[in-house]
Amino acid sequence: MELAAKHFKTNASKALVDQQLQKALGNVQKGFITKRRKSAEALPEFEALRDNARDIKNHTLAHLDLYLEEYETKVTEAGGHVHWAETAEDARRIVLDICKKADARTVTKGKSMITEEIALNDHLAANGIEPVETDLGEYIIQLRGEHPSHIIAPAVHLNKEQVEGDFRRVHTHLEDSRDLSEPVALLSEAREVLRERYFTADVGVTGANFLIAETGSSVIVTNEGNGDLTQTLGKVHVVVASIEKIVPTLEDTSQILRVLARSATGQDMSVYTTFSTGPKREEDPDGPDEYHVVLLDNGRSSMLGTEYQDMLRCIRCGACMNHCPVYHAVGGHAYGSVYPGPMGAVLTPSLNGIDETGQLPNASTFCGRCESVCPMRIPLPKMMRHWREREFERNLTPATARYGLKLWAFFAKRPKLYRLAVSFGMPLLSLFGGTSRRFKSLPLAGGWTRHRDLPAPEGRTFLQAWAQRDTLKQEATSHGSTP
Amino acid sequence: MSAREAVLAKVRNAAKGNASDDERQAAVTARLSDTPLGVIPARAKLPKNGQLELFCSMAEMFGATMTRVSDYKAVPAEVSEYLRARNLPAEVRMGADKRLKKADWAAEKNLEVRHGASAGADLTGVSHAMAGIAETGTLALLSGPDNPTTINFLPEHHIVVLKASEIKGDMESVWAKLRKSRGKGEMPRAVNLVTGPSRSGDIEQTIILGAHGPRALHIVIVE
Amino acid sequence: MTTAHLAAGAMPRVGLFATCLVDLFRPSVGFASVKLLQQAGCEVHVPVAQTCCGQPAYNTGDRADTREIAEQVIEAFEGFDFVVAPSGSCASMLKKHYPGLFADDAAWEERAQRFSDKCHELISFLSDVMMVRDTGAALEATVTYHDSCSGLRELGVQQQPRKLLANVDGLAIKEMTDSDVCCGFGGTFCVKYSDISNAIVTKKVGNIDQSGADMLLAGDLGCLMNMAGKLKRQGSGVEARHVAEVLAGMTDQPPIAGSGK
Repeated sequence: MELAAKHFKTNASKALVDQQLQKALGNVQKGFITKRRKSAEALPEFEALRDNARDIKNHTLAHLDLYLEEYETKVTEAGGHVHWAETAEDARRIVLDICKKADARTVTKGKSMITEEIALNDHLAANGIEPVETDLGEYIIQLRGEHPSHIIAPAVHLNKEQVEGDFRRVHTHLEDSRDLSEPVALLSEAREVLRERYFTADVGVTGANFLIAETGSSVIVTNEGNGDLTQTLGKVHVVVASIEKIVPTLEDTSQILRVLARSATGQDMSVYTTFSTGPKREEDPDGPDEYHVVLLDNGRSSMLGTEYQDMLRCIRCGACMNHCPVYHAVGGHAYGSVYPGPMGAVLTPSLNGIDETGQLPNASTFCGRCESVCPMRIPLPKMMRHWREREFERNLTPATARYGLKLWAFFAKRPKLYRLAVSFGMPLLSLFGGTSRRFKSLPLAGGWTRHRDLPAPEGRTFLQAWAQRDTLKQEATSHGSTP
Repeated sequence: MSAREAVLAKVRNAAKGNASDDERQAAVTARLSDTPLGVIPARAKLPKNGQLELFCSMAEMFGATMTRVSDYKAVPAEVSEYLRARNLPAEVRMGADKRLKKADWAAEKNLEVRHGASAGADLTGVSHAMAGIAETGTLALLSGPDNPTTINFLPEHHIVVLKASEIKGDMESVWAKLRKSRGKGEMPRAVNLVTGPSRSGDIEQTIILGAHGPRALHIVIVE
Repeated sequence: MTTAHLAAGAMPRVGLFATCLVDLFRPSVGFASVKLLQQAGCEVHVPVAQTCCGQPAYNTGDRADTREIAEQVIEAFEGFDFVVAPSGSCASMLKKHYPGLFADDAAWEERAQRFSDKCHELISFLSDVMMVRDTGAALEATVTYHDSCSGLRELGVQQQPRKLLANVDGLAIKEMTDSDVCCGFGGTFCVKYSDISNAIVTKKVGNIDQSGADMLLAGDLGCLMNMAGKLKRQGSGVEARHVAEVLAGMTDQPPIAGSGK
C-alpha cells in the first residue's frame, strides 16, 4: 500500500466523524479487552510466561545469524527451498518467479501481514496472476479494494451491513433473494465461494508466526482453517516470513504460543496451530509438491543492535492496538501504513524512515497500556519516544512546537527567571479567569479550548504562597481555609 | 555478494555484541540439543487421571463434543450413531491408520467407508490423533497416509479418535514423544494442533463456528 | 524504600516537588500535600529551585534540555530523605526516567539512581512508606476515582488512594467504567492531536457521568484539568478535585474549573 502516514492528522479527524467506522470500532473495545483479561487471569503462570517469551526472543536475536543458518539447513534437509530477500522488491520478484515456474494463474493466500508489507497482491495482479485472499476478513477487504485496518482482524472497521453489500455486489451468481442479514449467513457464503478457489489455485502463499531452527518448520496459527487449506491444497506452498520470526526449538515455540492467542483473542489456543516441514513426502497422499520459504530482511537487520531491537520481539498479536485509546478513536486506516497502532508507530518508521512517518510515534498519550499488555514486554512508549528524539535531532519536529518548547525550556532551566515570570503571569491569568474560574477560549491555547474549558489558575503560585505562608496563616484564621 | 550472505553479514555484525563466535555457537548448539522446557503451567502437570478429565473439559469448553468408548471395537458404532443423530449420510472418509482399520467397520452395514485423502466431497472425516494435550484440550494430528491432512480440514464434521493413554499434560510432552519416534529435529510434513471446530470472528467480532474448516469436531476417546 | 534507613524516631525530611501545574494552577494541592505529609510525621521542605520535571522536553524528544532540567532537580532535591510529588506522571519521570537520561555518564547515572530511590508519588508514599491508613478527613460526597496512566502503570498506584478514601468519613466511592483508561491528556498530545484527545476525553467524561458520582478525583492535575475542562464544557455538574485535597480535608477552595457556586 502507498504510505500515507504523513496525513495521519487529517485522516484521523475524518475517522472521528465517520459514523460507520465509529460504530465498528466499538467492537474492538467490547470484545478483545475482556477476553484477553479473562484468559490471562485464568493462567497463574501468565506473567512468568511473558518473561520467558521475552527472554527467548532476546536470546534468539543475539544469535540470529546462527539460528537462521541452522533453520536453512533443516528446511533444505526436509526438501524445501530457502530464498533470501533483502528488500520487499526482492521478495516480490522471488514469489513471482516461483509462481511463473508453476504456471500459476491463481494464488490462494492465508492471512499474512508480511505480504501486505511487500505489497504482493498488486505485484501478482500486475503480472497476470490472480491473488485470492481466503481469510474471511482479508477476503472482505480484498473485495472492497482496501487494506487491513488491524493486524489480526483486518475488517474490524466494517459493519455487517457493509459486508452484505459487498457480497451482493460481487457474488452475482447467487440468488438476490437470499438472506444475508446475519454474520453466520455471510460466513457460509464466503466458505462456499472460496472452497472452489482452493482447488483451482496453483500456489498457496502463507506467512508464518514462527520459523523453528531446530526442525526447519514454519508455523501458522489460525482459527478459520483457511491457512491450512491454502498450504495443503496448492501444488506449491510459499511461506513469506521476516527473519525475526525465528525461534530456536519446539519448546520455545510452545512457550510463546501460550501467550500469543491469549493476548490476541483471549483463546487459550487458536483453533489451528500447524507446523509445516518441507513438501509432501514420498508416502504422503496430500500436501504440496514444493515448499519454499522467502526469508525477508526489509530493514530488520538494521534494527538489530539499536534502541529499536526490542521491536523485533513482536509476535503480531494485536494486543497493543486492542488496548490503545488512540486506535480506539481513529481505527487502523488513519495510520496510513501497513502496521497500525502502537506497534506500527514504532515499526513503520523503522521500515520506512522517520521523515514521512513522524506523526505516528507522536500520536500517543504515552498511557502505557500497550506495554502493559504486550506479551513480549516490548517497551513501546519508550521506543516511540526514541523516534521523537531522532526527529528532534534532525529538526523534523514542527517549527512551532520546537520554538515553543525551546522558549519554555529556557525558563524551566532558570528557576529564578521562571519564578519571576510566573509570579507575575499566573495572578494575571487568574484575574482574567473571572468568576467562572475557567476560560472558554484563550489566545495561544486554541488546541485546548477548542474542545474543553481551561481551568483558571487560583492566583498566586504555590511557591509564592508557600514563601508567604506566615501571612497566609493569618488569612487562614479569618477565612478558615488554608493551613 | 548473494542476498543470503548480505543478510547474514548484517545480522552477524549487529547481533554478535561482545560475545565471541565460539561462545555464541556454543550457546546455540546447547539450546538446540538441550531444548529447555521453560515455564510449564501447573494445570498441565496433573496426574494421569486428572489429565483425562482436564482434556475433556477443556476440549468441550472450546466447542468439541466428546464420547468415551471402552475399546476400538466400539468406534464404528459410535461413528454411525454420530451420523444418525445429525441426519448425516452414512459415509465417512479415513486414512490407513492401523488402529482405526482393526475396528470392525463391516459390522456397520449401512456405513460406507472411503479411504485416502479427501478431495472436498466428504461431509465427514475420521482421523486418529497422535496425542491429546490436556492443558488446552488440543488434539495433535500427524500428516501421512495413516491420517491425511485434508481430512482434518475439508469435511464439515471431523471425528477424531484418541487413545486415553495418549493424553499428555502439555505440548512439550508431544514434542518429546515425536523425538522418540522420529529422531531429534525430525518432523512429519505437517503437525496439526487442533483445538475445537473452525471459527471466525471477522464480522463484527462475533464468533461463529464453521469457517473454512470443520463446523463440528467430535472426539472419541478410547479408554 | 521504607523509613527503615532513618535513625529511630527521626522525622523523615521530605522535599516536596510541587509539579509545575500544581505550582501554577492549583496551589491548594500543594498545601494539601504539605498537610498530609506533616500529619504523617514528615518534615516538609519546598525548595525554590524547582520549575518542572522536564516531561514536555522529554516527550518531544529533546534529551539535552531534559537532562539539564533533570540535573537541576536532582541537585535541588537529592539532600532530602524523600522526594514526593502529588502527581504520578511527574513522580514517575523523576523515579523511572531520570536514570536513563544519564546512560552515557556513569557518575551522573549513579547519582540519578540514588535520587530515583528516594522519589515517590504522594498517595503511595503516604500509604506504602509512611503507613498512613486514615487521614482523618471527612466529606459528604460520592466520588469516582480516575487512575492516571503513569501512576497506575509505572508506579502501581491503584489501591492506595481507594483505601485511604474509603476511610474518609461520609465519603462513598462509585467506580466508573474503564477507570484505568487514559483520559486523553498526554501532555502536549492534547493540543497536538486535539481532535483525538477530544474523542478520548469525551468517552471518559461519559463514563464519569454514568458512574453516578458527584465528584471526580485523580492524582494528576494534568488529567484533572483535561477532564474538568471537558465536564464543564459539556455542562456536567460533576466537580473535579485532586485526591490530596479530599484526603487532607481541604475542599473549601472551589473545584477545578469551578466557581464554587
